Amino acid sequence: MSAQFMQYLLTGLTVGAIYALVALGFSIIFNASHVINFAQGEFVMIGGMATVSLTAAGLPYLLAIPLAIAAAALIGLALEKFAVEPARGASVVTLIIITIGASIFLRGLAMVVWDKRFHAAKPFTGDTPIAIAGATILPQSLWVLGVTLAIVLALSWFFGRTLLGKAMLATSHNRLAAQLVGINVRLVLFLSFGLSAALGAVAGILIAPITTTSYDVGVMLGLKGFAAAILGGLGSGVGAVVGGLVLGIVETMSAGYLSSAYKDAIAFVIILVVLFFLPSGLFGRRGGERV
Amino acid sequence: MSLLRVEALSKKFGGVNAVEDLSFEIRPGAVYSIIGPNGAGKTTLLNLLTGVYQPSSGKIVFDGHDLTGRAPYEYASHGIARTFQNLQVFFNMSALENVMVGRYLKERCGLLSALLRAPRLARAERACREEAAELMRYVGLQDYLSTASDAMPYGALKRLEIARALATEPKLMLLDEPAAGLNPTEALELDDLIGRLTGRGVTVVLVEHNMRLVMGVSDHILVLDYGRKLAEGPALAVRSDPKVIEAYLGSDAAHDGSFAPEIASAVAAAVAMHR
Amino acid sequence: MLARLASPRTGGLLAFAAAIALLPLVLSNKYFYDIAILVGLNAIVCVGLNLLIGYAGQISLGHAGFFGLGAYGSAILASRFGWPPLAAMLATTAAVAALAFLVGRPILRLKGNYLAMATLGLGIIIFMVITTEDKYTGGPDGIAVVPFSLGGYVLQGERIWYWVVGALLLLAVWLALNLIESPAGRALRALHSSEVGAEVVGINAAEQKVMVFVISAVFAAFAGSLAAHYSGFITPSKVAFLHSIELVTMVVFGGMASIFGAVVGAAVLTTLPQLLAVFEDYEMMVFGAVMMGTMIFLPRGVVPSLARWLARWRT
Repeated sequence: MSAQFMQYLLTGLTVGAIYALVALGFSIIFNASHVINFAQGEFVMIGGMATVSLTAAGLPYLLAIPLAIAAAALIGLALEKFAVEPARGASVVTLIIITIGASIFLRGLAMVVWDKRFHAAKPFTGDTPIAIAGATILPQSLWVLGVTLAIVLALSWFFGRTLLGKAMLATSHNRLAAQLVGINVRLVLFLSFGLSAALGAVAGILIAPITTTSYDVGVMLGLKGFAAAILGGLGSGVGAVVGGLVLGIVETMSAGYLSSAYKDAIAFVIILVVLFFLPSGLFGRRGGERV
Repeated sequence: MSLLRVEALSKKFGGVNAVEDLSFEIRPGAVYSIIGPNGAGKTTLLNLLTGVYQPSSGKIVFDGHDLTGRAPYEYASHGIARTFQNLQVFFNMSALENVMVGRYLKERCGLLSALLRAPRLARAERACREEAAELMRYVGLQDYLSTASDAMPYGALKRLEIARALATEPKLMLLDEPAAGLNPTEALELDDLIGRLTGRGVTVVLVEHNMRLVMGVSDHILVLDYGRKLAEGPALAVRSDPKVIEAYLGSDAAHDGSFAPEIASAVAAAVAMHR
Repeated sequence: MLARLASPRTGGLLAFAAAIALLPLVLSNKYFYDIAILVGLNAIVCVGLNLLIGYAGQISLGHAGFFGLGAYGSAILASRFGWPPLAAMLATTAAVAALAFLVGRPILRLKGNYLAMATLGLGIIIFMVITTEDKYTGGPDGIAVVPFSLGGYVLQGERIWYWVVGALLLLAVWLALNLIESPAGRALRALHSSEVGAEVVGINAAEQKVMVFVISAVFAAFAGSLAAHYSGFITPSKVAFLHSIELVTMVVFGGMASIFGAVVGAAVLTTLPQLLAVFEDYEMMVFGAVMMGTMIFLPRGVVPSLARWLARWRT
């Protein structure tokens, strides 16, 4: 295996892990409500920007990170409470515009609270590249991969073993049935937004030291995380992770071996290809419509 | 000479055989009913016969044309019309416009003449409006000619769907539980309407639970159970078929050798009403 | 009066024509003319988009892509290759129609969220191609566009353009109204209400959806060509995702299934940023808040909601 291939693979996995986290956020909200949360990318941005400004204000990472995640989670909860819930039962178009409006609002807010510049964040444990199989990887990348893995494991424990997690899973399979067995589906939706926002924030915090952050990093990351979710199958946790990693690797390989100019277009070509030929994605539920 | 011929029709949903190896024939000019317990596959069958579902296997031949696998609009253009168990009324338009939509196949208008508002179009629109109003009167909706569809009562909406289906000038009309939710008076009016439809040259197929109505209007009955044909034949023969009685009412009634009281009284009432 | 505006009738058309004719009385300088022209161009796109979203019940988050193709097509053919502007415009519009037809079939098999995302992907891919192929398109910096000329006569100046755009908008509205009131229009509305109900009366849903998609793409491309010639310059910002969102918001805000609603929506949301400039740094926040607020409180859109309030107030 050539060193170059290894390099692309490692970079692809790193960026893919970020996409996976964002995709998980999409899937969790979609499962609870069939709403596509266009503001998902902004939580990534908030995580990164908040951490950067908190550390700049003197807080150590150990304090800044939980605070940033909490802030993002609170904003996610607020988004659900004030923008999504009042529009319950609205049409798909309406809900899409609401979440897009929310994303524009949050970006505007970020611009005001912070600024429009790019900000560098300090890596967690230094920036001396580590050599692996002829390629190099930043320590921060190892953090990205490690934390993502830990989160995926934690989430599968949460959804598989805890009562709350199982309730959320049940709601995603059949909302009415979940209500009938006494699950508070509104609470499930509420918490889904908080959880997804936290996931997005973690992604933003992890990646900020590698790619710098600014008030509008959320747009592209959100859209690409979304492409990953579609590739894996909207609503599938496994799909989100696999989709994210595949997208990251394909993107990096294409940029390396083919053309780097269209690197960003890959995600959108994937969206179209998946939706044309396999709309339910790799792991999504294949359903029919009953008349 | 059959109007509709179904050969070995099957429809699978995942592991469930909604309809299995179904074969039957429908002759023009008669009234058929398809009955069976809930989940027997009646609505699935209707969906298959209108192209809404694609069969897993089998053939559907209508009026000499093999329509298997075609899209719903093609079934409609060959002359099959239907109503729905769960109303599919166009609630974003008036009652009259709903019926006018039914005239779509008969008033082909090119895109250019639509965009440029050709004078021919205005005349065609007026004619269409008239025809739709006439159909509404025919089904008894003369009081609703200027009403919005979302302001109409349930029974009227069911008749509106029938008017819309009639507007397509079908040879075969499939009615999916038209009596569901109707009170006895309305059910009687429906009985009368079905009779008039036959008089108009439309072959009617009814999917129904209302046994009184079924026995009252049907010439032939097809009984489904678990997606398979349980019995088929003239109405009077089917109602005394022990397999049918068993499927509906349980094995005791069948072994009794006599009619179950419910069916007996329903049949008696229908016979009395009809003659 | 507003109730009449909400229902497509000749009275509405005449009132609209009168409004266009009389508006210059309040347009006191070049700046206001410019805004009016921008409103008109957006309105042309929105009228077409409203047919797709409001009447046929579909959605597109990528219409800025068609607008951009129209603009860049005209720009490149007329400026780079020296084509006569009218020929460039017609060729471009035809090409966009062909693209919309080709892509429309597979895309419109999707519904709801999935359709939204597919059109989003399409729009962004168009944006990326335009931004990357800078040899023809000038990349992120854009390119200059020659003025529109027809046989020696050069179309230049705000006042002339106002009348041109006004007339073309009136034409667009007339065409859209004709379509809606025809059997094809009824078929579209039926499709929106119940696709299966429409199909069983013989309406070929796939075909109808593609037709309306192509028409809306043509309106957008045509407006794009006009915009390029009017501004004398075109940049990728008009092809960006944000512009697609603005267009959809204009349509939904103005009123679904309301042709005049689309015009109102375009008018309000094109002038809004000019008003919001007063908020300076907070402009983006306020815009986002307005988007959310109108969708939450006026989900039907402005014109239909107003029509309803008026109707209730009268009784």
